[in-house]
Amino acid sequence: MMATIAMNDPFAQVPALGPERPVVWPARTHRKLANGLEIVLVESHTIPKFTGELYFRSGNASAVAQAPALAEITATVVRTGTEERSSRQIEEDLRRIGADIGTSAGADTSAIGFNGLVEFSLDLLKLVAELAQRASFRENEFERERRQMIEGLRIARTTPSFLANERMCRVLFGAHPYAIIAATESQVKEYRLAQLAEFYRAHYRPGNAVLIAVGDFAAPQMMEQIDRIFGSWKPAEVPGVPAVSLPRLRGRHVHLVHLAESVQTQVLVANHAITRKHPDWLRLALANSIYGGAFNSRLIMNIREQKGYTYSPRSSVHALRQYGYFTVNAAVRNDVVAATLTEIFYELDRMRSLAVAEDELSDARTYMSGVFSLGLATQDGLASQLSNVYLYDLPEDYVETLRQRVRALTAADVLAAARAYFDSANAQIIIVGDRRQIADQVGLFGQITEYDAEPN
Amino acid sequence: MNQLHIPLESTKLDNGLRVVISPDRTAPVATLGVYYNIGFRLEPRGRSGFAHLFEHMMFQGSEHAGKMMHIKLINSSGGVLNGSTHYDVTNYYESIPSNALERVLWLEADRMRALKVDDENLRNQRDVVKEEVRVNVLNQPYGGFPWLDLPPVAFRNWPNAHNFYGDFADLDAATLDDVQQFFYTYYSPSNAVLLMIGDVTPDEGFTLARRYFGSIPAGPPPPTADVSEASFEGLRRGEVEEKFGTLPAFAVGYRAPERRKPDWYALAMLDHALHGGRAGRVYRRLVLEQQIAVDTAGGIHYPVGDLFDYNGPTLLVSRVLHKPEYSSDQALEAYDAVIDAVCQQGIEQDELEQVKVKFRSEYVSSLEGGQGASIPRYGLMHYLACFTLFDNDPSLVNSILGGFLQVTREQVREAAQRYLDPKRRAIVFRQPTRTGAAA
Repeated sequence: MMATIAMNDPFAQVPALGPERPVVWPARTHRKLANGLEIVLVESHTIPKFTGELYFRSGNASAVAQAPALAEITATVVRTGTEERSSRQIEEDLRRIGADIGTSAGADTSAIGFNGLVEFSLDLLKLVAELAQRASFRENEFERERRQMIEGLRIARTTPSFLANERMCRVLFGAHPYAIIAATESQVKEYRLAQLAEFYRAHYRPGNAVLIAVGDFAAPQMMEQIDRIFGSWKPAEVPGVPAVSLPRLRGRHVHLVHLAESVQTQVLVANHAITRKHPDWLRLALANSIYGGAFNSRLIMNIREQKGYTYSPRSSVHALRQYGYFTVNAAVRNDVVAATLTEIFYELDRMRSLAVAEDELSDARTYMSGVFSLGLATQDGLASQLSNVYLYDLPEDYVETLRQRVRALTAADVLAAARAYFDSANAQIIIVGDRRQIADQVGLFGQITEYDAEPN
Repeated sequence: MNQLHIPLESTKLDNGLRVVISPDRTAPVATLGVYYNIGFRLEPRGRSGFAHLFEHMMFQGSEHAGKMMHIKLINSSGGVLNGSTHYDVTNYYESIPSNALERVLWLEADRMRALKVDDENLRNQRDVVKEEVRVNVLNQPYGGFPWLDLPPVAFRNWPNAHNFYGDFADLDAATLDDVQQFFYTYYSPSNAVLLMIGDVTPDEGFTLARRYFGSIPAGPPPPTADVSEASFEGLRRGEVEEKFGTLPAFAVGYRAPERRKPDWYALAMLDHALHGGRAGRVYRRLVLEQQIAVDTAGGIHYPVGDLFDYNGPTLLVSRVLHKPEYSSDQALEAYDAVIDAVCQQGIEQDELEQVKVKFRSEYVSSLEGGQGASIPRYGLMHYLACFTLFDNDPSLVNSILGGFLQVTREQVREAAQRYLDPKRRAIVFRQPTRTGAAA
């Protein structure tokens, strides 16, 4: 009788996973126009909209010889006027067609992002083309944005995560342009409008660009439309990014950024790793997922779910075009900074010394391939996965084959990746907090160099 | 254009649990959620922050899935999960490959049926929540501004006016008894809705819902609560110290109308004309033209909600960070000139037409996204839940747009005069205790 009851109790056992349904990537159209502009289109009919980005393969790293963050201020000012339209006209025209535009720049890229109702796609793409080819760089718009940038930087200098990232990039990248993630206030004051216009003229070129669009359109018609709008854009040679080698970091070192009156401490542990093109990339990504990249990961279970030191610890692999790096992040209570670092290194060393068990490995593989498939369901998800392929020069079938490549990974792969790229002996420890409360704790982990929150 | 056609099917189980399914086979994935009709507005007095702390406890174990099992079972199925506490609802949700559908329903049903947690779990999550408050509020520039700053100034009734993230002393005072009592009072099937969005057929979804949720006892209905709030009778002002940020700031709150009243539609259009991005009047005037402010934003039920996800008194909020060379009075005066103009003249016909197109476009996007690409159709799930729990009509998700697109200029002007009254509002000034060097 008891056995029968147990069998009828739907709660007695965790339901098994059903048969997997096939994950099919929507077909995409990939073409290069005569002027060199690369175009990637994917149909996705979930909502009557479309979304995408016009990327240029030039960002702040391409302009570091001229001025730090020059690509960023350039992108900001691009949005504020064209030869045909004033700033106010641009914003009202966007609202009239229900669209958004965002211009931005990072280390490797500058981008004009867009999304809007597909019924107005022609108007929106025309505006994108205008911004890409005929931005007007008006003095008054520039001066306003310059001041905005200064005020933004002042606030950023009171934000623990910004301060940690800024210091980390300086430490990891040394003389390489990636070392600088923001200009100082005085550098912003020295920007000249001609520098922005020159960066724009040199880098916003079709041969340096890829246009990715995903949405509720018919790809052949959209391709025709884009060809008409962007086909006459004049090509030009684009200067490359200088190759600079990285500092050789040996031994653990503590970089303490003092932020007075902090009631919490930002802990960031980082080391050099690899780019997305590296054959070990997926092995490292899987190792990261087991270590601290998923909610279910070892680090989060340890310092959050068991010890309660922190709310949102996380480890990540980052890839820029030339170099990559690995980070572990946690914002923790001031009195457990040493305890947190101890656990971070304990878990890193465990990953480096012992092979993961088969069930943990299999769970992590399923996690990685499952989460990847969630991106297929929305226009934004598709667009962001495709942008990785074309910005980092990955193989054309990268997304289509990713799941099967993840499934082929072994415990030996994870161990090898952890040994190579969780460089715990040479990890750089960045700490942002009130030095009076934490200096004696972090001194246990390496020689301390202190900084204040102002740039130097 | 005024009407969407998102497929929907819904039913109610015998125990009162409502189930809403929206099938879509674009990709072999699904987003599932359970929404309980309880948020931080109704947490017990002397227990500020408790509804949110309780949300954390729901991940700490249930009868058949102990601590860490919820998280492990979802992640190892290829899915992601989270929960969030709002004014009037608390949600628990997962995005998964659709072959994990049954497993997720099993987990959600198990914790609706029997939460199983101990003192150690409570101590652990109390510590985690304190670090959450520190990272989001106490150790950040403009943390909690203005979502924690405005309610105590604007409102008088404790449910609307207290610290929703929680005073640490109140978090410390919370006991396991409080946890069980809160669970028993509010986490019953009749006070909840289960949603399944994506790669699931209604037949399959309803069958599984009955299998796992059908036998959970209905439980008594939650007690009725008085969240009413007398209307403002004057200007209410407050000041909060800004420990980190370098710019002075203020936030203004006006009482917003009840959802789905005629004024609500008109005020939503007005709100968009004021706060809709760089074309919005407040940003355009204060940041782009006069260059008094550095940033402005706002909205109905802003910033921890939007115009669909509240079910009690709330505010239409504006938030302004301004340059230190302008006094608070000067900045407020410039802001007031923008408000005064819409009260006197309303907005232009062309402006209203633009706002409607933009509103429609943003509404459609918010259904598909709402939490970034990692939780597909979070927004659809969220609005379906609110329309079910607050309005008992999930199909509003398809029809609600029509009400906004019919708003006239005259209605907008009337709403401006009725709601944006400079003599009946709350203002909080956030003053930096240190400032950056002069520009």
